[in-house]
Amino acid sequence: MATVKMNGANALLESLERQGVKHVFGILGGAILPVYDALCTHPKIRHILARHEQGAAHAADGYARASGQPGVCFATSGPGATNLVTGIANAYMDSSPIIALTGQVPSIAKNSSYMIGRDAFQEADIIGITTPITKYNCQLSSVAEIPNTINTAFYIATTGRPGPVLIDFPKNIQTDTANVEFTSHIDIRGYNPTINPHPLQIRKAAECLAEAERPIILAGGGVITANAADELLTVAELLLAPVATTFMGKGAFPEIHPLSVGTIGMHGNPLANRLLLEADVMLAVGTRFSDRATGNLDTFCPEARKIHIDIDAAEIGKNIDVDIPIVADAKKALSALYERLIKQAKRKPDNPWMKRLEEARAQLNPPNENKEFKPKSLLQILRKLLPESAIVTTEVGQNQMWSALYFKALKPRTFISSGGLGTMGFGFPAAIGAKTACPDRVVVDIAGDGSFIMTEQELACSVIEEIPVTVIVLNNGVLGMVAQWQRMFYKRRYMAVKLGTYPDFVKLAESYGAQGFRVTSIPEFEKAVQTAIKSKVTTVIDVPISMEEDVVPMIPPGCGLNQQVGDY
Amino acid sequence: MENQNNKKTTVIAALVENKPGVLHSVSNMFRRRGFNIESITVGQTEQKGVARMTITVSGDEKTLEQITKQMNKLIDVIKVNQLEPDSIVTRELALVKISVPDVKSRSDIINCVEVFRGRVVDVSPESLMVEITGTPDKVDAFLNLMRTYGIIELARTGLTALSRGIKSIRIDE
Repeated sequence: MATVKMNGANALLESLERQGVKHVFGILGGAILPVYDALCTHPKIRHILARHEQGAAHAADGYARASGQPGVCFATSGPGATNLVTGIANAYMDSSPIIALTGQVPSIAKNSSYMIGRDAFQEADIIGITTPITKYNCQLSSVAEIPNTINTAFYIATTGRPGPVLIDFPKNIQTDTANVEFTSHIDIRGYNPTINPHPLQIRKAAECLAEAERPIILAGGGVITANAADELLTVAELLLAPVATTFMGKGAFPEIHPLSVGTIGMHGNPLANRLLLEADVMLAVGTRFSDRATGNLDTFCPEARKIHIDIDAAEIGKNIDVDIPIVADAKKALSALYERLIKQAKRKPDNPWMKRLEEARAQLNPPNENKEFKPKSLLQILRKLLPESAIVTTEVGQNQMWSALYFKALKPRTFISSGGLGTMGFGFPAAIGAKTACPDRVVVDIAGDGSFIMTEQELACSVIEEIPVTVIVLNNGVLGMVAQWQRMFYKRRYMAVKLGTYPDFVKLAESYGAQGFRVTSIPEFEKAVQTAIKSKVTTVIDVPISMEEDVVPMIPPGCGLNQQVGDY
Repeated sequence: MENQNNKKTTVIAALVENKPGVLHSVSNMFRRRGFNIESITVGQTEQKGVARMTITVSGDEKTLEQITKQMNKLIDVIKVNQLEPDSIVTRELALVKISVPDVKSRSDIINCVEVFRGRVVDVSPESLMVEITGTPDKVDAFLNLMRTYGIIELARTGLTALSRGIKSIRIDE
């Protein structure tokens, strides 16, 4: 194949273009200037200027989760790179494929001596820093290796269990020139994810499910990652098994489906938590059994036989012991399972387990009759106001758990939230990323005041780059979730949780050129949302609520799923 | 090699890419997940671009399984094997500098070295340096004997191991 003479910066951008990259979120600086200079001659790649590198990383993450395509972010060396760290750790915990590219001080200075390792200006050991929070990272050492390294990075980030990959790009490699060969070749021998399920394990799982009297499905984020929602639906309907999801699995199964029982966990739906404990067989797909999902492991379904499908072999047996492990891609495994199950006798729809489901639903998920100006009603109303295709992101804390409980997700990749790391400030830049990936869809960030102010500077990015999203600030003037814990577990001794009435979110929005509304009644809320989602400009809706409002039901820390307190 | 807490000591042999940063990512994974490395040795292999890490770890069955799985997840780790304790040869090398208070001690030490099939590799008026190779137990036994004379300085390589027979760990399998 022919080689082309070019510098490292152009070789990088050419490689990104060949990977289909159309958007990059980032902030430049001294050590990445050659790459930004090369962007001038690569109009196919749109650069979106964030206002803090954390925002760039979260935007890339939101982009990836909404579209299923990897998100890309750029930062300069030193502080630029370290500012990405929270975003990278967040993507790692939630298995989101992002590619982070960081400038680095020159590996060779003009006098032929190394700058790396000499504590040069804006030097940080970003490889060392991000080793435990990336799926893979590496530092480029020559121009010629750039195409292969970029191909490998995208391959690793997006296959198997996805995750972030960081590439550190010393400035001298950006400016060096070499003959570069672009191939789709990937040279990687230590990585070979298991995609296809073992037929024997599928048979065992099918037999186990066929014998089950009270089967339940627990769907995690892996179902969404594997684009396996359709397969999940067919298996669930065939088995007549209630479907609970983890928080990360929200959207994997339509939450208005008669078999849906909602999310499990600390702030899970009591219906999901209850039925999970009553099941005799659990089919868990693409979940890592996080502590927030399972509660105390001693009381987590000790009687149920457990089938666990996961593409990451290390997740099997890590947190809970399972009876039938299946290491495979969720889509492949669920299809194979369906093929076996369809041959078996069908379950009758009027079986006792289905009766139990309806009885428990009536008892634990009664319809919400009173329409108060409170998060529960507001989020239920929001669902009705938004189209089915709308993408919702959340911040972290009470706003997030209220959303998990009361905002019903209907489709995969329409509910995007920081599950594993619990990163306040994630939702808004992630919304910008999601809107960039899906410009024709409505994107709404359900926020709290505490979280939103952590990355609110991205209002500038969203307004100037014309990426309009809607931010609904459930504004209680406190760091609500920790205030709730201080109320419940620290005898109401509030410490360092009160934020006061600043900023004025309407004025804040207006100061950035965005639209701001404050609403104090349900009709005002409805009107503001309807206006916002049709607007061509980002809108912040300030929704003042009481600081005393708890997220309930709740499982106190250390307790099991059977010890949930408070009504849905 | 099992004690009352169901803890076992196991030797893990891993083939890894022979490039910078791999030792860091492996040791960092152990640290971050709270696994304990008792010893680690790294060196080149007969296969090009491949290094071998021999890691001695202890833990219960579940921990050992997690260690193997988490190592396998690392991209630059090509292959991981838990070696069967009953069918491996393990060796460790120690260089030990022993103080020699008098002539009688010198000949006693040299006798011990012969019994343990070690070698005297350096001699000075007040000291001897001995090279000793064997299983860690044997090295420990020798060192315990030498403590009565006084150990001035000690360097141990940590354990390395190969499985017996024709079988080998290769990247192309």
